[in-house]
Amino acid sequence: MTLSRDDVAHVALLARLGLSGDEMEHLGSELDAILRAIDKLNEVDTSAVAETAQVGGLVNVWREDEPSESIGADRALANAPDREDGMFRVGAIQE
Amino acid sequence: MAESYIGRTVAEMAAALRGGRITAVELAGQAIAHRDRVDGRVGAFLARTDAMALEQARAADERIAREGEAAPALCGIPVALKDVLVLEGVETTASSQILKGFLPPYTGTAVRRLLDQGAVVIGKTNCDEFAMGSSNENSSFRPVGNPWDLERVPGGSSGGSAAVVAAGVVPYSLGTDTGGSIRQPASLTGVVGFKPTYGRVSRYGLIAFASSLDQIGPFTRTVEDTALVYQAIAGHDPLDSTSSPTAVEDPVEALRSGVEGIRLGVPREYFVEGVEPGVRAAVETAIETLRSLGASVEEVSLPSTDAGLATYYIIAPAECSSNLARFDGVRFGLRVEEPSLLQTYLRSRDAGFGPEVKRRIMLGTYALSSGYYDAYYRKAQKVRTVIAEEFDRVFERVDALVCPTSPTVAFPQGARSDPLAMYLCDVLTIPVNLAGLPGISVPCGFSEGLPVGLQVIGPRFQDARVLRVAHAYEQAAGFTAQRSPLALEAGAA
Repeated sequence: MTLSRDDVAHVALLARLGLSGDEMEHLGSELDAILRAIDKLNEVDTSAVAETAQVGGLVNVWREDEPSESIGADRALANAPDREDGMFRVGAIQE
Repeated sequence: MAESYIGRTVAEMAAALRGGRITAVELAGQAIAHRDRVDGRVGAFLARTDAMALEQARAADERIAREGEAAPALCGIPVALKDVLVLEGVETTASSQILKGFLPPYTGTAVRRLLDQGAVVIGKTNCDEFAMGSSNENSSFRPVGNPWDLERVPGGSSGGSAAVVAAGVVPYSLGTDTGGSIRQPASLTGVVGFKPTYGRVSRYGLIAFASSLDQIGPFTRTVEDTALVYQAIAGHDPLDSTSSPTAVEDPVEALRSGVEGIRLGVPREYFVEGVEPGVRAAVETAIETLRSLGASVEEVSLPSTDAGLATYYIIAPAECSSNLARFDGVRFGLRVEEPSLLQTYLRSRDAGFGPEVKRRIMLGTYALSSGYYDAYYRKAQKVRTVIAEEFDRVFERVDALVCPTSPTVAFPQGARSDPLAMYLCDVLTIPVNLAGLPGISVPCGFSEGLPVGLQVIGPRFQDARVLRVAHAYEQAAGFTAQRSPLALEAGAA
């Protein structure tokens, strides 16, 4: 398995990481080495097992739908880099 | 001037507080003074919370005066918290530039339970960025020195939380363990570190790395102290739907039972190549000690141990890539302003995350991406089932497993620059997280003058049994009495 430069760029975009060309190069070869080590997975026979969903033995955790106190808009917005009129403010979403 | 309690245990401090031999205000003052004496060299603290600590200590003194013996065990005792645990109003960064300046609007459940007992928080501790690492060198602020040898790493990711206990600054701290991040640094710094069963301690208010693996737990100097802290933080929390509603067994009471008649298994795959001879020798001696205390010992096999690392390095990065999507420069954390929202995401995340975090986000995103999901993520979740079932089968024959915590003692700073070499640090701790089991590391001697840890692993929800075995060993071996050079400085007891 060898990752092409386009593969790395595609994954970086999916991950919303604006990597530099050098970083892309470097990460590509590191990920290649890690993925080669991960091929060990294929040595384990998993034909008779289901994938793990949860290790704590819990299934479908429900609670009553009752209103309770929340932290409120002011505290929720307190760490926002930019805000306006009780909302998070961001740049243009469409070009 | 009050007698120095630096380097003492939680239980000793609690008794002294009740006996009127010291006050919580004095204990806090001693902890802060010792922190300021050594931390320029250790680098274990990020935020320092002295004003809050003194206020909490004054309240604790009043509570002890009022309630006497009925006051909670942790009332008035100083503590430090790994910087992935949110505490309202105190800067919490996960050692990342992307969260610099973040002031949490609420307090997480485990920390809240300590505060309810009257805990005195003296600061937040340094760690690998977002708890990703095994040496603390991935902190975006600074590395942490091992109190036994400052040129060496304290382990990670909870390296700061381990170091502050090993250096005698506080008698206990909280860390988190996703693949060994409590047990491995405990082993490397000669303290006790406990990862409870997955679901025993609420993760509410823990900055998530890999949600199906993360668990909060304590660092202490003794197993008895671990039982006291575990008792305080364990139990169901409606704010974490993965926390277990089953009753928590009394861990302090369980310590009295000893190991007479206990069946211990020694997994042969945990003594393979890569385990240093000095580590192996110390652990084998420890197992003989347990045998002499009345435990039976037999060799067992966990054949898929070897695949644990590969399984972990799909599942943990996959969950991390999803969890860390929230750091987008919109609601909190660093924003690098760009004309479009997409460019703002790309630039903010590139500037805010360090190299290891980016590596794992990339790996996880790749493993979850269309066309690779079955080959990597689904396959890893199946191997995870195989690994968990192997543990289940072994636990039909034995009550607990004993083995090394870390294949090596503390290594020099900078010695493992290759990511794959670093990942090998956790080869003996990762399977425990994959299966959701409780595991503890307890000091079991030295190799090359550096601490070695014995790992005790139990079946799910048999946390008290794990503590019981570790306590029996510790009482017989007496290694907990060993103190690092930094803990012995300036009038330490």
